[in-house]
Amino acid sequence: MRRGGGGAERPTGLEGPDDAALLERLRRGDDAAYEILVRVNTPRLLAVTRRLLRSEEDARDAVQEAFVSAFRSLDRFQGDSRLSTWLHRIAVNAALMRLRSRKRKPEDSIEELMPRFLEDGHHARTPVPWKEREADALLARQEVRDQVREAIDRLPESYRNVLLLRDIEELETAEVAEILAVSTGAVKTRLHRARVALRNQLDAFLREDVP
Amino acid sequence: MTCREMVEFLMAWLDGELPEDQRAAFEQHLALCPPCEVYLETYKEAVRLGRKVCHDEDRDAVAEAPDELVQAILAARGRPGA
Repeated sequence: MRRGGGGAERPTGLEGPDDAALLERLRRGDDAAYEILVRVNTPRLLAVTRRLLRSEEDARDAVQEAFVSAFRSLDRFQGDSRLSTWLHRIAVNAALMRLRSRKRKPEDSIEELMPRFLEDGHHARTPVPWKEREADALLARQEVRDQVREAIDRLPESYRNVLLLRDIEELETAEVAEILAVSTGAVKTRLHRARVALRNQLDAFLREDVP
Repeated sequence: MTCREMVEFLMAWLDGELPEDQRAAFEQHLALCPPCEVYLETYKEAVRLGRKVCHDEDRDAVAEAPDELVQAILAARGRPGA
């Protein structure tokens, strides 16, 4: 399974040597450079904040806050990561700040999404292969894509956030622990339980023995 | 090791973080338990599917930067404190 900190360096169209030139223009206060920065990065940052916040209004507000925060910090940006990666981290933080400021509701337990075992420790429902082994073949079906999104959305928030930050945004365990103010052990436990709950939900309709 | 314990230790095993004795017990169980072997594959597949669906959303989002949001961000830059 691919892991590691390189994941958030996915191409966004704003990397490579152009970064240095753009940064130079931004630092000179070039209005056109600011517009390029915003137009190029907004779509992906919005996708990230939408996933975390699940509210279009909050997602847009978080992106705006992220850019305002980035503009303020531009002089301190060292250029040791891509601008897009730096903005991504700021947007994740802005979204999580918003999540924390929301009125807390008691979280649903993840237990109902977890697999069952017999008293002797065997699987209560014997695992069987899924209908199609290749992710690409499965994802050609819109219904599968919808089921995957819904399964992620059904995870209790504290588990969903860890899954999104580790497996989707591909932040390191230590970074996620710092952002969420929990131990690295808690991040690992939540990630594993979130993945098990995701697998369990997908198993219900992807099992070969389900018509 | 039981199937329940195999599921419990799965991520630590994938991440190479199980102590030697537990790793040996885990791998012995996996070698002798076809259902757990299937479980391992579908666990990895679930992670891949989740990642792929979300990353495809990112790719599809590239064309879309709501103009009113872009304008609001650029306007905020000009405000004191921004």
